[in-house]
Amino acid sequence: MNARPDKLREKVLIAILLLLLITLCAANLWFGSVQIPASAVWDILCGRESEKEVWRFIVLESRLPQMAAALLSGAALAVAGLLLQTVFNNPLAGPSILGIDTGASLGVALVMLFCGGSLGLTESTTLTGFTAIIAGAFAGSVVVLGTILFFSTLVKNNIMLLIVGIMVGYITSSIISLLNYFATAEGVHSYTIWGMGNFSGVTGEQLPYFALSVVVGLGIAILLIKPLNALLLGDRYAANLGVNIKLTRNLLLIVTGLLTASTTAFCGPVSFIGLAVPHIARLLLGTSNHNTLLPVTLLCGAVTTLLCNLICILPGESGILPINAITPVLGAPVIIYVIINQRKIQYFN
Amino acid sequence: MKSATTILSAQQLSIGYKSGHNGVKQIHENLAFSLHRGELTCLLGANGSGKSTLLRTLSASQPPLAGEIWLEGRNLSELSERELSRLIGVVLTDKTQTGGLTVYEMVALGRQPHTGFFGRLDHHDRQVVEEAIESVGMTHKAHSYMAQLSDGEKQKAMIAKVLAQECPLVILDEPTAFLDAVSRIETMTLLHRIAATQNKAILLSTHDIEQALVLADRLWLLRKGHGLYCGETEDLILNGDLDTLFDRRDICFDRAHGSYYPSVQWGKEIVVEAGDETLLHWTVNALNRNNYGCRIAPDGSSLALPRLTVKDAHTLTLHTATGAQGFDSFANLIGFLKKQD
Repeated sequence: MNARPDKLREKVLIAILLLLLITLCAANLWFGSVQIPASAVWDILCGRESEKEVWRFIVLESRLPQMAAALLSGAALAVAGLLLQTVFNNPLAGPSILGIDTGASLGVALVMLFCGGSLGLTESTTLTGFTAIIAGAFAGSVVVLGTILFFSTLVKNNIMLLIVGIMVGYITSSIISLLNYFATAEGVHSYTIWGMGNFSGVTGEQLPYFALSVVVGLGIAILLIKPLNALLLGDRYAANLGVNIKLTRNLLLIVTGLLTASTTAFCGPVSFIGLAVPHIARLLLGTSNHNTLLPVTLLCGAVTTLLCNLICILPGESGILPINAITPVLGAPVIIYVIINQRKIQYFN
Repeated sequence: MKSATTILSAQQLSIGYKSGHNGVKQIHENLAFSLHRGELTCLLGANGSGKSTLLRTLSASQPPLAGEIWLEGRNLSELSERELSRLIGVVLTDKTQTGGLTVYEMVALGRQPHTGFFGRLDHHDRQVVEEAIESVGMTHKAHSYMAQLSDGEKQKAMIAKVLAQECPLVILDEPTAFLDAVSRIETMTLLHRIAATQNKAILLSTHDIEQALVLADRLWLLRKGHGLYCGETEDLILNGDLDTLFDRRDICFDRAHGSYYPSVQWGKEIVVEAGDETLLHWTVNALNRNNYGCRIAPDGSSLALPRLTVKDAHTLTLHTATGAQGFDSFANLIGFLKKQD
């Protein structure tokens, strides 16, 4: 008797995802508004001299950070979504549905609009400004998470809790609108640009900070795999298995907050990745076991956002599409598929 | 002998909830009981009698209001979460999200108190999981998804999970609720066997009195306002303790058959004579339901009452003042009696 007879499926799936990931990374570096031959891109990455200095700049200062940002955001949001779905015992939970990225946006808005346009995420943004924006996003997302967690103790019905989350999101959005009304034109401008969401806003200097917060978040998430599996049984069963529910829940919410907040702060609110990718991962993998589900969700998230980013940059010379124009087109059909087929899908029952 | 196998005991225990600042809602006080290894104990009581509160208190999910619970010689409140998870295993009625796990994976979650930081299963863990699945008879379904199981099989898988936990004390909250008759009997028989063969103390709450009376080594009767009565099933039945389990005059306990029935004032009376015990039982059942009180012959034979003689299920004769009439089934008899009204 093995734990799972189809170990092969996992291995093949992970191999395919890794292959896709590498291919998409390459494609993200290769395509863009300026045509650069693949061989030149390779030379630049290997640190060799390239034909044109401007190519080197484009690849290293624009495409590489953008690719890395897409990869990190995808991994972060997808894992955040998975954690939320397990903690809230609700397969339809996600950072955007529960208003957590709106909370992060509110935090960012407060910082950006009140400190004037000077703190906008531009090339010239100072490190302090940045820390302020990340701190704002983190505070905002954790406040919303806390609010929803509080409501989850009052509202036992899952669908009702989602609706509460959506309402909290709406209230947060109206506060942002009000803030915009009172803010300076400059502040509103940089906030609006940020709010459309795109991975190209992250510069080479910002990247290490972004990467660090995402890696820390994902690292803690991986350390929590054992209690996450216990939580599939529900809080009381998990407690009986020796899981410290309060501590685990708080840790998971902090990790979710950190992952959502850092992505939102650097790339703007990116919708549907957190909600849809865990489902894609479960459907591909055929298990809710976090031992494999968490790494596969992470990979799927990175692959999905790299694909979205590639679609965004495909128009080439005519400019970049906003990321939030693409993610719902990929994400919403997945959710509709999952809801329609929920009787046939094991993890829903 | 008994004290050697006692695993859990409590004296003068008060249970209930602390709510708000100083608000205390006490449900029971002065409870005294003990649980023994190798025994299946069934907790019976009406809804709202405090069964769930008692089980939650015993599984250390909520603290007692007063008094102490001793588990293997140690105070329950002083045990750490990890120690508790190795001593008390629970099966609850909570909805789980395990549909996407295989039976094996779900049962393996029961090893969590014994595994390391990442929950990796070693050779011994796998062996325990496999034995647990085997002892509930689910080996053939080990690789099925939880979502593919029937309710009865799901309950067996949950029991396998608690066995994999290797706790000497197992507490189950209404394990047979939502199950059909076959699964109820299977589940209870399984628990009874596990208690004996694996030398565990098993405590479960149930509304399935019929099964409890057959299989429980010991009964706990919980009544609101009266506390807990513990004892061997037969002692409790014959002492009349089950007669008063539900504080209702219109619900009576049938000591002969071990079941509850509604007591009704009959409109009419009839004398019944039947070939054997079974025939008599079901004849009385049919007549009672149709508003006839029964006098068993020869008890009322002298009275001027109608008289029913049942030789077998197809030979029923009704003697009345106007003469005798034969029936070949209870359907015909009851049809005739209804027309009389």
